[in-house]
Amino acid sequence: MLRAEGLQLRRAGLAVLNDIDLDLRAGEVLGVLGPNGAGKSTLMAALCGELPLAAGSVALAGRALRAWRGTERAQRLAVLPQRSSLDFAFRVEEVVAMGRMPHASGSEEDARIVGRALQAADIEHLAGRSYLTLSGGERQRVHVARIFAQLWPGAAGKVLLLDEPVSMLDPLHQHLTLQAVRQLAADGVAVLVILHDLNLAARYCDRLLLLRSGCVRAFGTPHEVLQAEILKQVFDLEVLVQTHPGLGHPLIIDR
Amino acid sequence: MYACPMKSPPNSPLLLSLLVALLLLSIWLSLALGPVSLDAGQVLAALPGLVGLGGDGPPDQALLILGQIRLPRTLLGLCVGAVLALCGVAMQGLFRNPLADPGLLGVSSGAALGAALAIVGGVALGHSLRGLEPYLLSLCAFLGGLAATALVYRLGRREGQTHVATMLLAGIAVTALAAAAVGFFTYLADDAELRKLTFWNLGSLNGASYERLWPLLLVTLLVSLWLPRRAKALNALLLGESEARHLGFEVQRLKRELVLCTALGVGAAVAAAGLVGFIGLVVPHLMRLLVGPDHRLLLPAAGLAGACLLLLADLLARLLLAPAELPIGIVTALIGAPFFLFLLLRGRH
Repeated sequence: MLRAEGLQLRRAGLAVLNDIDLDLRAGEVLGVLGPNGAGKSTLMAALCGELPLAAGSVALAGRALRAWRGTERAQRLAVLPQRSSLDFAFRVEEVVAMGRMPHASGSEEDARIVGRALQAADIEHLAGRSYLTLSGGERQRVHVARIFAQLWPGAAGKVLLLDEPVSMLDPLHQHLTLQAVRQLAADGVAVLVILHDLNLAARYCDRLLLLRSGCVRAFGTPHEVLQAEILKQVFDLEVLVQTHPGLGHPLIIDR
Repeated sequence: MYACPMKSPPNSPLLLSLLVALLLLSIWLSLALGPVSLDAGQVLAALPGLVGLGGDGPPDQALLILGQIRLPRTLLGLCVGAVLALCGVAMQGLFRNPLADPGLLGVSSGAALGAALAIVGGVALGHSLRGLEPYLLSLCAFLGGLAATALVYRLGRREGQTHVATMLLAGIAVTALAAAAVGFFTYLADDAELRKLTFWNLGSLNGASYERLWPLLLVTLLVSLWLPRRAKALNALLLGESEARHLGFEVQRLKRELVLCTALGVGAAVAAAGLVGFIGLVVPHLMRLLVGPDHRLLLPAAGLAGACLLLLADLLARLLLAPAELPIGIVTALIGAPFFLFLLLRGRH
């Protein structure tokens, strides 16, 4: 659905992404892992056309990303940045409703979708509150709901890019949010999500891409990627990898 | 729709109608009050004459006062107030900062420099451009504002992208440069020029004429028709530039349009009435406290409130020390600042 070939990207003369090929498929959740500064956010910025490429190409649904008109693209591709700088007192549901801007679905349908998005991010109780009065985690959930509203209803042909969507959330809401993401994938959306928690990645992602210094270090199923020696090389972290007794995915335990 | 009770959104139709009513009242007062007070009957009786439908015979005194003095002055005040407030909203949206002022792009200081040039060097300039002499001050101010903004915009561009933070810093530098040049002209000025310069820097609607009004009226119409069309894009821009882009808006073009709009609007307002401070910063902020940050409501509210505040300020400026006149910039600050502080303190609780 979103295909990148030979991606190269430079910043101040230094290569920060090196020859990355990626094919994000409809209905899958692809996790991107890697230490700080490995190029995860840069990769996402390259995939959504935010940063100019030194080489390579990105295509959305078979058409070069640059060739898409703004609104058409926004109807298919939603992007959640790592942090937001909103500094104005919009009400929570107003922020979420901004996700509907690219669509001309009518105010009734929009209100219904905004209601569902508030529900999915578990922030219905915050409706009516000013965004500025919320905590960091609550703000993050508001933006997650906004992104859900932008893509709803989930369908094949749509792409969701998430940069650390659960970094500030409590454990319950980390799971709730990623479950909602899985639900969108089940509806056909192609999802790329940057995560730091290896166990969350193991549980919710179909495939994992492990980056180090702008290069792909490992790419495959969680079982293929999350192996003790690979993690030792990339993160310099001694871990024990077991299999989750109930769910069967790899379980990473710090030594 | 939502499971929990929602705080009701501001009642927008009511608020806008209140502002329209307040504006009509301000217009009425601005037409009726002055050294010669006119009652309702006189103003109404003169209305047909004002729009060119009067009967034959010599025009009476009321018609002359209204047509030649108060109507152009009222319209000028209305335009200056509305356009400054609208451009203030645009700048606060562009910089994503509720404390941004339309002067940030250097347009006010550039206009001040143009005006200083016209006032102090006016005699020399006027000789070479004889036909333009009555418009010299406005023209120089307008061009000065445009030139300064163009410079700031150029300095803020890198690799085809406009960097808002760089633009802000460039604006500060250009403002400082222009202030130095204005200082130099002030130093060169004689007593009469000095007085003119000072008054211009404080702003005034005194001596309003239709010649000064038309260009501003046109620009005001343009700005007030065009900016509301970008209300949704401005809302998205508050989320951040890349967020707005991901919502499908052409951010680069939007930024260019906002800068152009402000340069034209503030440039024309300053050229027509001098530096009227405070409106562009405080009215948008004040309206945001009342109606919220949504530009679909904020823009019309700010435009109306800006026009009201300027008309009422001008009324005070001409009545307080009648028959003498206060510069209007003093009055806008005198009304605006305490009210602003009041809202600020109230908002804290």
